[in-house]
Amino acid sequence: MSEVATHDDHHDHVPSGIGRWLFSTNHKDIGTMYLIFSLVMLFLGGASAMVMRMELFFPGLQIVDPDTFNNLVTNHALIMVFGVVMPAAAGMANWMIPIMIGAPDMALPRLNNLSFWLLPMAGIMLILSMVVSYLPGTGGQVNTGWTLYPPLSVQAGMGMDFVIFTIHILGISSILAAINIVTTIVNMRAPGMTWFKLPLFVWSWFFTGLLLIMIMPVLAGGVTMLLFDRHFGTAFFDAAGGGDPVLFQHLFWFFGHPEVYVLLLPSIGVLGLVIPTFSRKPLFAYKPLVWFMAMLTALGMVVWAHHQYTIGMSLGVTTYFMIGTILISIPVGMMLMSFIFTMWRGSMTFETPMLFGIAIILMFSFAGVTGVMLAVVPADLQYHDSYFVVAHFHYALIPGALFGLYAGVFYWLPKWTGHMYDEKLGKIFFWWTTIGFNVTFFPQHFSGLAGMPRRIVDYSPQFAEFNFISSVGAMAFGLSHLLFLYIIIKTIRGGEKAPDNPWEGSQIGTVGLEWNLPSPPPFHSFTTPPTIK
Amino acid sequence: MTTDDTYFIPEPSRWPIIAASGVFVLLFGFILYINNIGIGSMIGAVGILWIAYLFFGWFGAVIDENLKGDYGSQVGTSFRQGMFWFITSEVFFFLTFFGCLYYFRDITIPYLGGEGHLAKSNLLWEGFVATWPLIDLPDPTNYSPAKEAMGAGGIPLWNTIILLSSGGTITWAHWGLKKANKNQLVLGLIMTVVLGLIFFSLQAYEYFHAYSEMNLKLTSGIYGSMFYMLTGFHGLHVTIGTIMLIVITIRAMKDHFTEENHFAFEAVAWYWHFVDVVWIGLYFFVYWL
Repeated sequence: MSEVATHDDHHDHVPSGIGRWLFSTNHKDIGTMYLIFSLVMLFLGGASAMVMRMELFFPGLQIVDPDTFNNLVTNHALIMVFGVVMPAAAGMANWMIPIMIGAPDMALPRLNNLSFWLLPMAGIMLILSMVVSYLPGTGGQVNTGWTLYPPLSVQAGMGMDFVIFTIHILGISSILAAINIVTTIVNMRAPGMTWFKLPLFVWSWFFTGLLLIMIMPVLAGGVTMLLFDRHFGTAFFDAAGGGDPVLFQHLFWFFGHPEVYVLLLPSIGVLGLVIPTFSRKPLFAYKPLVWFMAMLTALGMVVWAHHQYTIGMSLGVTTYFMIGTILISIPVGMMLMSFIFTMWRGSMTFETPMLFGIAIILMFSFAGVTGVMLAVVPADLQYHDSYFVVAHFHYALIPGALFGLYAGVFYWLPKWTGHMYDEKLGKIFFWWTTIGFNVTFFPQHFSGLAGMPRRIVDYSPQFAEFNFISSVGAMAFGLSHLLFLYIIIKTIRGGEKAPDNPWEGSQIGTVGLEWNLPSPPPFHSFTTPPTIK
Repeated sequence: MTTDDTYFIPEPSRWPIIAASGVFVLLFGFILYINNIGIGSMIGAVGILWIAYLFFGWFGAVIDENLKGDYGSQVGTSFRQGMFWFITSEVFFFLTFFGCLYYFRDITIPYLGGEGHLAKSNLLWEGFVATWPLIDLPDPTNYSPAKEAMGAGGIPLWNTIILLSSGGTITWAHWGLKKANKNQLVLGLIMTVVLGLIFFSLQAYEYFHAYSEMNLKLTSGIYGSMFYMLTGFHGLHVTIGTIMLIVITIRAMKDHFTEENHFAFEAVAWYWHFVDVVWIGLYFFVYWL
């Protein structure tokens, strides 16, 4: 158990006005800005998905032309990955890690603010990439998908340059944030907060940070080569000059596959807190779980080419990537087993965060199973670029990443705002969004197996029923987020006062110091190191 | 682990948002510039000045705080670890290009030349012979092929010796710093800066020679592209490193560093050694092998 001494001395003055946010060096304020930014982006990315699903309600062209549709595909992915999940996870890291480990703030508070403010700049640049294509002489929309494969991306118009530099800005932001978070975890722990006393969320971000430091420079290098091919006459992705378009796929997925774990791990970290709290039992096999996270991080770095089985790699290479990919199910499976054993014989209650936690275990396992199907080379040659893949990674990323963040939002909203959220509305939101999600993406497994290609604006009438169901589900799934927004605004504006520790089971096992602080915590949580017994 | 009694938290600062917006202006101008839109170079120039102002301001603020003695040992450790992870990310940036180099050499070009498990003959460009350095391109229509490849003797060899020596001189300066011998510190740093500038000049001359005599250009197919990408990004880092060295030389002259408190010196020294190691990789894999 932990015991905390906080000193509310003269340091606790809160800057006023807009300067508080623009010039902030406070981890809570920056965390809040991250979370608000990702919420705004969630609606932008969601709106693009809604337009796509409306277009796909029926076969034939309805509301958007194919070029715009492809642009929506591109932007939906970029916004959701870089604008929603990563900033939300980074916002939670900002808010929670310092107060969990007893640090006064992040290790490098000004750098922290830079990491955040780069994001809106990247957002503006991404929006410009869409806008410029409507100006004359700029050469069409960015229609490559977020993977930006050449030669299409080399031929694309000026919007592609904006996307390339969007990725550069996002990359700088992610690397700086990762450096900051890793340094905070290594250097800023309060005396007595040893490595294996860290809450799992802190561990998850430690590995996420390491991954980001290793993979973001590779993507930056890849898109830089793309830029040079586009404007400076290099031959990197052109076979006529001795280059190779396939190389870009290797570079992209060397980044892209670990990126999946960047999105996933923080949510696993949230689960590592939510499941024990509402099961009122310590996390089962905490230390092995940390080691399995390390194994996931290491394995995740060396299996990228399972995204490109169809490019004509040799048998030996594909076999290696197949076996490596299937091995990943071991650490992931162990994490899920650990959560299940935590619940075993626990005295469970089902508040909203816990509902999301259980849903994640069920639906993310489902994505794991389809993932093994896709990892098997001969099978994947059939599934490749079909809607089956779309269904697979949405089952991986929406429960795996997004629902984990929702669980975190409901778990920590009382701490952040000082008010309890409306439990009844929270449960309605959970059921509404979970059912909507499954209705949207479950039928896509079937249409994909039946041969419907992904990233397509029109489709054969044989897929009409599945797409209709999918679109109906998508509208429900999308609308449910208005309720999400309402719950958050309602909680911020008022409601039942939250105690310091609103969750009965939150002090069991490896816990941080966050529940010992008031809700909401003071502007500066610790001005001197707290003591941990 | 913390050692100090109180924590240091900087006051609200305007530099981060100036940095973020400066990056935006610079890149926005650059995009317009490469798309041949006239105003782009103007906006880009404003961006460069903006960023220069930023570095003076932000680093100046940090130096002032340090000289006032605001930082405890924990802040120093945070800075060092931050620099360590930053250099780690730079290592991965360069590994990307080295990886690409060997992907082209060992997979793409042999494959185009008819090797490999699927291509039994070179179907795309019949008669193309796989070689490295690749001078005769599969299809030179859109490229300007080089006359010859860059050799390993001469300037590159001299540059290797110069850069390795500069690693020695900065270590000698560090010894001086630890002995509180200001003359040795400043002299070591000045020698390092001079060696850095000589390296830079020789590299510029080599580029000039390659462009004018050897017709080895960025547009000479994959060998030229890869050569300039690797040596160019290295040269950029040498330039940044040299600027950093000049700054800490001035600071050393102003007695900013003590035996215990010299993070900036260490950070620049690490960075310089990193640039050094990258060059050794370049010399072996790009020039020699």
